[in-house]
Amino acid sequence: MSLETKLQFDDQFIAKLSQDLQEPAWMLEHRLAAFHKINELPLPKLEKTNLSKWNFDRFTPYTEAAPLQSLSELPEDVQALLFDSNNVLVQKNSSVVYKQLQEELQAKGVIFTDLNTASSKHEDLVKQTFMTLVTKDAHRLAAQHGALATGGIFLYVPRNVEVEIPFQGLFYAEGEQVAIFPHVVIVAEENSRVEFVANFASKGEVALSNAVIEVVAKQNAKVRLATISNMGSSTVDVLYRRANIGRDAEVEYIIADLSEGRVISNSTSHLNESGGIANVKSVALGSGDMRANITSSAYHWGTHTASDVNARAVMKDNASCITNSITKIEKGASKADGQQSSKVLMLSDQARGDSNPILLIDENDVTAGHAASVGRVDANQLYYLMSRGIPRVEAERLVVRGFLDAVVTEIPSDSLRKTIHQLIERKLR
Amino acid sequence: MSNKPNLKLKDIKVEIEGREILKGVNIEIKGGEIHAIMGPNGTGKSTLASALMGHPKYEIISGEAHLNGEDLLEMEVDERARAGLFLAMQYPSEISGVTNSDFLRSAVNAKRGEGNEISLMKFIREMDSKMDVLEMDQKFATRYLNEGFSGGEKKRNEILQMMMLKPGIAILDEIDSGLDIDALKVVAEGVNSMRNDEFGCLIITHYQRLLNYIKPDFVHVFMQGRIVKSGGPELAERLEAEGYDWVKEELGIEDETVGKG
Repeated sequence: MSLETKLQFDDQFIAKLSQDLQEPAWMLEHRLAAFHKINELPLPKLEKTNLSKWNFDRFTPYTEAAPLQSLSELPEDVQALLFDSNNVLVQKNSSVVYKQLQEELQAKGVIFTDLNTASSKHEDLVKQTFMTLVTKDAHRLAAQHGALATGGIFLYVPRNVEVEIPFQGLFYAEGEQVAIFPHVVIVAEENSRVEFVANFASKGEVALSNAVIEVVAKQNAKVRLATISNMGSSTVDVLYRRANIGRDAEVEYIIADLSEGRVISNSTSHLNESGGIANVKSVALGSGDMRANITSSAYHWGTHTASDVNARAVMKDNASCITNSITKIEKGASKADGQQSSKVLMLSDQARGDSNPILLIDENDVTAGHAASVGRVDANQLYYLMSRGIPRVEAERLVVRGFLDAVVTEIPSDSLRKTIHQLIERKLR
Repeated sequence: MSNKPNLKLKDIKVEIEGREILKGVNIEIKGGEIHAIMGPNGTGKSTLASALMGHPKYEIISGEAHLNGEDLLEMEVDERARAGLFLAMQYPSEISGVTNSDFLRSAVNAKRGEGNEISLMKFIREMDSKMDVLEMDQKFATRYLNEGFSGGEKKRNEILQMMMLKPGIAILDEIDSGLDIDALKVVAEGVNSMRNDEFGCLIITHYQRLLNYIKPDFVHVFMQGRIVKSGGPELAERLEAEGYDWVKEELGIEDETVGKG
């Protein structure tokens, strides 16, 4: 293998892609600028994870898929990831194949459409945010994403609009060497409220999912962002979430990392103004040879800002997981409160887990705390359960479920909690 | 063979981390019988309980144990339980995130076997009625297993599990320690409610107090890792009145504990 990154696409490929998608000129310019950065930029630097052997380069950059007439055309288990058929957008491989938005929401000015449509139809709105939080200059994967992003979602909620039911995005990849690059932009205007659930799933030897979700929560807005990643063992699953959180606004992340291949799961919150809140509830379940780096960061800039990271990971088989929690309280962010709790449970001798709490504080008048632990299943707990006739495997499952439940039961949405429970149960069998 | 359960131990010797704790225990417990093992602290009573259940830390190095004629020592912990052995533990584990009722239902169903699971309604009814006997608040059903339970609540919960699982042979390991007199009566009532020919019980204790409420058929004195004296209920009464010194004197024992040196 050569050391140089072999790119399976070039300027012409990107120009043609942009033309085929009938994109506005600014999008093509952005793609090309990002493309030219790919080889200049290093891979992201992740605490305690060596990415040098991960496949970020061998994949098919664009795979078109035909539109669906109905959700029932999806494979049953993929379809089951959706808990409602309203306000749903489905991306299969590189194409958005289904989208539905309730009329009453449309009438209120809510926009929920694929990013391609939005980039012409709502050009200014998209431009204001698209790749401004995760920029093409950040690292090689961000540049790659900027060059190749297709499909994706633009979700815009106007001032004072509160949407009760969640919007759902299903990003589904199927086929050998397939790569997907979904980009989601969520803009929640002042006093709005919105919930978005993204499912990532794959079938077959899918190579790569390099996805970005950007969230802007303006003054007093509330955004709940849930991502459930469930990619197969051949897939490198990269997901960067990033939120700019305004005055008194709140962003809540619910993260379920259930992919079986290589995982980079990153969520970053910038608490830019006073009173902003970021909450992260993260569960991970690794099996097989899964390797994961799960990082949640909160940057406090405004006064009275609060962040809380609660992460739990269970590693089976040969799986290995690095969980990083980074809280940075900047000078001037007085009365800020940063809390982290991160626990890893290992179920086999080969499984590995690491939990790194990092608190960086440049302001005196703050509160912060962290708890971290890494351990194996308590032999006494197993003995106790087994002494009541419960077989070892089932006993282990109970302990694991209980361990993850400390976070799962905190998930405020019933349907979401149920979905995550079911996926975890399936993985534990 | 009768349906009466039977646990028979022959010359059981147990080591913990290479140190011999039990030095040959012989006892037979049959359905309908209640045995009490009494003895001062540090004589190996609890070791016997844990070793019989199959705690990984305890190694049975020699001897035989048969439950209803089957070799207990060949079985895994969960198999022993499903074969009808129950141990009410002195220090039950706390398991976060697993509710008491989910846990109990898994246990009941594990014993009943696949295809023969108890219906949810029936399970709830049964648990409710047993909790009433034990004067346990209904909220314990939905609390996490033993998490944040007081000592007394844990003990009641052990007895609740026993009543739900209906073992053939139950070992109660210091079920009375940390209980006030009211709780003790409640726990005793739970145990007494199970008294019949299909239930045999081994009560391990160092207080005679519990035996005022659960009348034993046989009383054994445990010292130096084995049973040194056996008798009827009158033996427990004498121990309560006079302590253990007379037993030591009678048998010429200076130090009743095990594993020193």
